[in-house]
Amino acid sequence: MRYLGGVCAAWVALTGAAFAEEGVEQIGDPVRGAELFQVCGECHEVGTDAAHKVGPVLNGIFFRKVAVFEDFEYSDGIRRARRDGMVWDLEHLDAYLNNPKALVSGTNMVFAGMPEAKDRGDVLAYLRQFSDSPQDIPEAAPTAKPVDVSLTPETLAIVGDPDYGEYLSSECTTCHQVDGDYDGIPAIIGWYDEDFVLAMHAYKQKIRPHPVMQMLAGRLSDEEIAALAAYFGALE
Amino acid sequence: MTINRRTFLGTSIGVAASLSAPMVMGAGHGRPKVVVIGGGAGGATAARYIAKDSKGAIDVTLIEPTRTYYTCFFSNLYMGGFRELSSIGHTYGKLAADYGVNVVHDWAVGIDRDAKTVTLAGGGSLPYDRLILSPGIDFVDGAVPGWDVSAQNKMPHAYKAGSQSELLKAQIESMPQGGTFCMVAPPNPFRCPPGPYERVSMVAHVLKEKNPTAKIIIADPKAKFSKMALFQEGWGNHYDGMIDWIGADFGGDNVQVDPDAMTVTIDGEETKVDVCNVIPAMKAGRICEMAGITDGNWAPVSGHTMQSRIDENIHVLGDACAQGDMPKSGFSANSQAKVAAMAVRGALTGSKVFPAKFSNTCWSLIDTDDGVKVGATYEATDEKIAKVDGFISKTGENAELRQATYEESIGWYAGITSDMFG
Repeated sequence: MRYLGGVCAAWVALTGAAFAEEGVEQIGDPVRGAELFQVCGECHEVGTDAAHKVGPVLNGIFFRKVAVFEDFEYSDGIRRARRDGMVWDLEHLDAYLNNPKALVSGTNMVFAGMPEAKDRGDVLAYLRQFSDSPQDIPEAAPTAKPVDVSLTPETLAIVGDPDYGEYLSSECTTCHQVDGDYDGIPAIIGWYDEDFVLAMHAYKQKIRPHPVMQMLAGRLSDEEIAALAAYFGALE
Repeated sequence: MTINRRTFLGTSIGVAASLSAPMVMGAGHGRPKVVVIGGGAGGATAARYIAKDSKGAIDVTLIEPTRTYYTCFFSNLYMGGFRELSSIGHTYGKLAADYGVNVVHDWAVGIDRDAKTVTLAGGGSLPYDRLILSPGIDFVDGAVPGWDVSAQNKMPHAYKAGSQSELLKAQIESMPQGGTFCMVAPPNPFRCPPGPYERVSMVAHVLKEKNPTAKIIIADPKAKFSKMALFQEGWGNHYDGMIDWIGADFGGDNVQVDPDAMTVTIDGEETKVDVCNVIPAMKAGRICEMAGITDGNWAPVSGHTMQSRIDENIHVLGDACAQGDMPKSGFSANSQAKVAAMAVRGALTGSKVFPAKFSNTCWSLIDTDDGVKVGATYEATDEKIAKVDGFISKTGENAELRQATYEESIGWYAGITSDMFG
């Protein structure tokens, strides 16, 4: 509960289904983003002569595959995201800045998250300047985003039924061990409900990359996800 | 309150749309006049759309020195033997006969922005209410040490299609067995980002047949280029071991040439070559500089209307303008021309103006039936034309999809050239 109040709404705003083709907006204000980046700058460098610190260099981050630097030691969680094919596009960067561990379980990035969408947009607009220009490399990442008009924060306010969750969980436990052991497939017990719901919606919206999880989460209703969260959250 | 550039540009669409009643009469007499300089993908499209959609209400003059225009797009396919030169040549008869465009085959040699007139090399001057500049590119002097335009027969650029394309193709075909072809690639930004690499693919295609022991060297001032993974995969698949790309990280940005000795020196190491295709750094066609509307090498424009940031009576299209995220391509110029045509008609006749939207797709051919593409959509913000969404062919695609992509590009060529020339 400590940090998720604003996050839910922001996440839905981010992943809300329908995009209207009614215009574009800048990612954010790069000047303000440069100021906000000072917090990130404790661990990350960007720009000319940037080097790895606690976190990797952020030059060219847009449209880069996750975890590409051989000379940087990544967490298992980030490496798993790489295996699953995750790419740092605007959507994923925004989700990660919003709440790092909601996107990548077990990430080493010790950062509670940036709940304000505007702050994230500004930081990302600043970082975008250090990646390829589409003028030179047409396939480079977009520099603006479509205006998003479909937002429903109610989805994540649903209180799940743990009994229904237990029933549904059998599909999960074929792969994920109920006792929380990790043998290549992450543990899913004892999570905060909100983390679980966010993660499952991230698969459902194909933000998290793993194809099997995208498929399974894709056919779960919002109520079913809430029920699973309630069930697995209560296990220890 | 001061009206800065952004307020002006940000409101200009609204003004154009709201002043629908009064018709601006041109140059003090008769129909409003639009002069278009440059008859390529930007200029020909703009001339045709303004003439067509204004239904004779606007007097359109197109100034283009060549009577037969060879498109740069698909000129690489000519080099690879996939097209005849004649199939990429186009004339302006339909623009004159079917759309009433006044086609003048001459060079524009001066622009008086106060008097709003264009001077022609052949004498005389043309008045305008709106001027559209779509002159394409020229080369930056001294960009490649040892090369200037007087050396272009020994070391062709072939980056303006026509006789240069024929020359380079002839040189490639008469290379000695086991000889060396060198390309000096340009720095960003330049016309057609995948163009040099498609060209290398086409050269390799010819050499594989006629001269399989020949070598290709690319000296590149860039560390990355468009469709890089796709080209490198294709070069491995089709031309294994033939192509050596030397990027900036390996000294490709430190190059000089000697056209008399036919040598290229890359990062201090001199190599004797048989054919050398020098593609120098580029800038806006020189008429933009003469008009005084450039900032650095290019002419900055507003993405909403393609109007020059320096003179609102001038619109700049295609390779010559600095607009933001769109690559310098024929497809982009054609897309921008339609936005400019709409804005010009709105300003001169009060016709309705809609928000600017742009798109681009670049197809490239790697070998027979192995086509790839990259594309994106763009919209105007107050700052620039911004990329919104895009796609690119993937490595490892099956042959059927690659063939379909190539066939799609042939359809596109037919489409865009009829969109330009009628």
